Amino acid sequence: MSSIATSRPRFDTPARLAIGVLVFAVLGLTGTAFQPDLGSLDLPRLSIVVTVLAILGVRYSLGFARHRLGDVIIGLVTILSAWFLVETVGNHQGLAAPGFWFLTIATWFASWLFVERMAHWRGLSPFAQKLVNLAIPLIFGITLLVLWQLVVVGAGIPQVLLPSPGAIGTRLVSSVPVLWADFQQTFLKAVLAGYAIGCGSAFVVAILIDRVPFLRRGLLPIGNLVSALPIIGVAPIMVMWFGFDWPSKAAVVIIMTFFPMLVNTVAGLAAADAMQKDLMRTYAASYWQTLIKLRLPMALPFIFNALKINSTLAMIGAIVAEFFGTPIVGMGFRISTEVGRMNLDMVWAEIAVAALAGSLFYAAVALIERIATFWHPSQRG
Amino acid sequence: MTTEAAVRPLSPFAGLMSGTIGPVLVVVLGLIAIWYVATVALNAPFQRDIYARAGQTDVPFSQMVADTLAQERPVLPSPHQVAIEIWDTTVNKKVTSNRSLIYHTGITLSSTLTGFVMGTLLGIGLAILVVHSRVLDKSLMPWVISSQTIPILAIAPMIIVVLNAIGISGLMPKAMISTYLSFFPVTVGMVKGLRSPELIHIDLMRTYSASEAETFWKLRLPYAVPYLFASMKVGIAASLVGAIVGELPTGAVAGLGARLLAGSYYGQTVQIWSALVLASVVAGSLVALIGLLEKATLAKMGMNR
Amino acid sequence: MDRPASVQPVISAKDLCLTFETNDGPVHALSNIELTIDEGDFVSFIGPSGCGKTTLLRVIADLEQPTSGKIAVNGMSPEEARLNRAYGYVFQAPALYPWRTIAGNVALPLEIMGLDAKEREERIARNMELVNLKGFEKKYPWQLSGGMQQRASIARALAVEPKLLLMDEPFGALDEIVRDHLNDQLHQLWAKTNKTVVFVTHSIPEAVYLSTKIVVLCPRPGRIYDVIESDLPRQRTLDIRETPEFLKIAHRVREGLKAGHSYDD
Repeated sequence: MSSIATSRPRFDTPARLAIGVLVFAVLGLTGTAFQPDLGSLDLPRLSIVVTVLAILGVRYSLGFARHRLGDVIIGLVTILSAWFLVETVGNHQGLAAPGFWFLTIATWFASWLFVERMAHWRGLSPFAQKLVNLAIPLIFGITLLVLWQLVVVGAGIPQVLLPSPGAIGTRLVSSVPVLWADFQQTFLKAVLAGYAIGCGSAFVVAILIDRVPFLRRGLLPIGNLVSALPIIGVAPIMVMWFGFDWPSKAAVVIIMTFFPMLVNTVAGLAAADAMQKDLMRTYAASYWQTLIKLRLPMALPFIFNALKINSTLAMIGAIVAEFFGTPIVGMGFRISTEVGRMNLDMVWAEIAVAALAGSLFYAAVALIERIATFWHPSQRG
Repeated sequence: MTTEAAVRPLSPFAGLMSGTIGPVLVVVLGLIAIWYVATVALNAPFQRDIYARAGQTDVPFSQMVADTLAQERPVLPSPHQVAIEIWDTTVNKKVTSNRSLIYHTGITLSSTLTGFVMGTLLGIGLAILVVHSRVLDKSLMPWVISSQTIPILAIAPMIIVVLNAIGISGLMPKAMISTYLSFFPVTVGMVKGLRSPELIHIDLMRTYSASEAETFWKLRLPYAVPYLFASMKVGIAASLVGAIVGELPTGAVAGLGARLLAGSYYGQTVQIWSALVLASVVAGSLVALIGLLEKATLAKMGMNR
Repeated sequence: MDRPASVQPVISAKDLCLTFETNDGPVHALSNIELTIDEGDFVSFIGPSGCGKTTLLRVIADLEQPTSGKIAVNGMSPEEARLNRAYGYVFQAPALYPWRTIAGNVALPLEIMGLDAKEREERIARNMELVNLKGFEKKYPWQLSGGMQQRASIARALAVEPKLLLMDEPFGALDEIVRDHLNDQLHQLWAKTNKTVVFVTHSIPEAVYLSTKIVVLCPRPGRIYDVIESDLPRQRTLDIRETPEFLKIAHRVREGLKAGHSYDD
């Protein structure tokens, strides 16, 4: 592998990116940054930083500074450059000219180059490797956010179409009480209650069904089919039955989470192999002893799989059910009404909260899974 | 094979019940029975109100059961009411009519399929890029995977409204939501599939000094096909949900989602249920269709075991 | 075959038959099995695959029910013997629970039997020592080698403290070197504890080295072809495998296997 790497020509992806940085930096520095006639060189800090980037790019494409320190320096200068770009464009909203866009592209390429290099760092300690594996997607995400900010502000895209991350962040911070109330209504009440009841009842039903092979054979195909159906459509019915407040949303969540849990638990209870069941038989173990000591632990990976799927389904169910009518609080309610008023920054703030809540919920379930099924090959890693 | 019947003196009925078809039929019949009982139970209070208002007393139980099953706006419509409504709005209406459920299904189906095809193509393309680029794998894949854990459907109303604001309306906004929803499972499944060949097979290709493209066409792609179909089943179900939810926020006038919303505004429970049943039939058929396609493809590839 | 009337055989089978109904017609897994196993015997069942050796062991363990004939374990029906936890069973694979430590796995049958914690501790310690796994109590099965896992599963079977140990090709999945080592250990264990062992194998050296009595089975229908009483001394080491006495018995087993096997299919 390494012999191939050394014999590879110098003109690889990083070199191409470095040349890109150089070309766009030169184009940007010589062009007009902002309307009507503000040249890039009139912005001293920005032009110095980009010049440094261009120089680093030259060294890179020539094959110098190809070590981790060189990579890190590029990363740091890129951060500075991005920072100055964001700051400058804030003073010239909607006035960006080609020069500014070229500088943006140069910085973007520099960030790409940094990530490209980082992805190929080798021989790191396991801990450092973990950090790098975390940093790469993070840098990627931040790059996207910065580009979003620069494009929206620089091109002056109206708020009603796409607010900038900065505006969304400001709105998020200033609306914490509202967002918290929505979170309480939707997540702490509807999602958690529905999730607990849905998964819990499905678990009990699965254990009952498991004792009757006839029911198991009859219900499994139906359960599998149901998971493909647009169950979310029961939302209007639940709203009619249980009223506008959170119980109707919890009901939707119960229905949505029930079948995945049922199907997975039943499949999990069947996961113990014949030899292990024979073993319990040689001990003359009772049904309950076999269930608790063998079959439930064996079913845990399946059960957690359902719990993870359901954590997402529960969020979706509760939010979409609120589109069909709620009291004046709730994440789905906020999204649909603020969309109507074209307050898109508030919508994005709410979506950010939903995304955060959703992934934390999932992460919590995954963490418990890691602890409970530490023995499973997929978790030993 | 002729001795089989001799050693298994089972009645055909017992044979049916030991497979899956028998139990499934029994369970389905059981569910319909429960539905009927629930209909009577849930509609009874309102029916008693009617009797009380009309001054009727001593209504015989059979009369009450018949009445609860035939209310115009029941809390829970009975299965045959839903069936009749579906029959009325599919067979007895012209396809172009606003009242035809086939018309509404067609609207929803067209955006579902458009979105699904776009999402699948996009997903496959991205998966190929991810498998061949270490940087994309490390930077993009974590986001694709973690985006499975967030309630993406919450963005649906915004996509519709924003696209409307810049002059894109009709089929495309809904199709984009479907694209979006089907794209993630396909990407994840396809990446998994393209990576599923065992090391020994990849080493074999290496001993032939096969190029990256040859390895892709002759090894990775065939291995990925079962994964692709599995994720396409998930994707098409998600596409349909996306299209239905996409019809909610704008007060769309056509589509199954619009029927749900209109039904919930005017308390037309029979209409909601029939839209729901039809949506389920559509979902089931779409998944079954992909299942058939899967069977045919795998049979052609000699992979059906 | 005369023995004092007071000594009851551990296992006695009379005219035992077992037929499986399959889609391709009935399969006669066991036919007219006559067998007596006395206390302290080490009996090997040997034969080609499909001869019913594992099935016979499973019938003794009440994991399979005979179609006809009589079988008694300690004078009881196999089911009563199982409910009395009269035997320990070792499978082809370790079948250890990955979520339990080695000690936890050995404790499993003891928990099911309802023994108190103190008694469990003692038995775990005793049996871990017996299979040379002392110091590995807190490890998980997947942290041990295949040979150690199989030893742990033997400790688990011994922890029940049965007079009778049923072993179904316990070393079949292990390599030759580990297998030799475990054969030696098993032999010493048997000599020390004076248990009755019924051992299924398809290895001739293993059967001859371990056994006091070798039962050669042959397939279609599964039946006993030969029963060989070994005259090797009770105390043996692996070196015995080069002696003429050993080779003589091994030869007789091989002849039996050849004669009982039809190669026409």
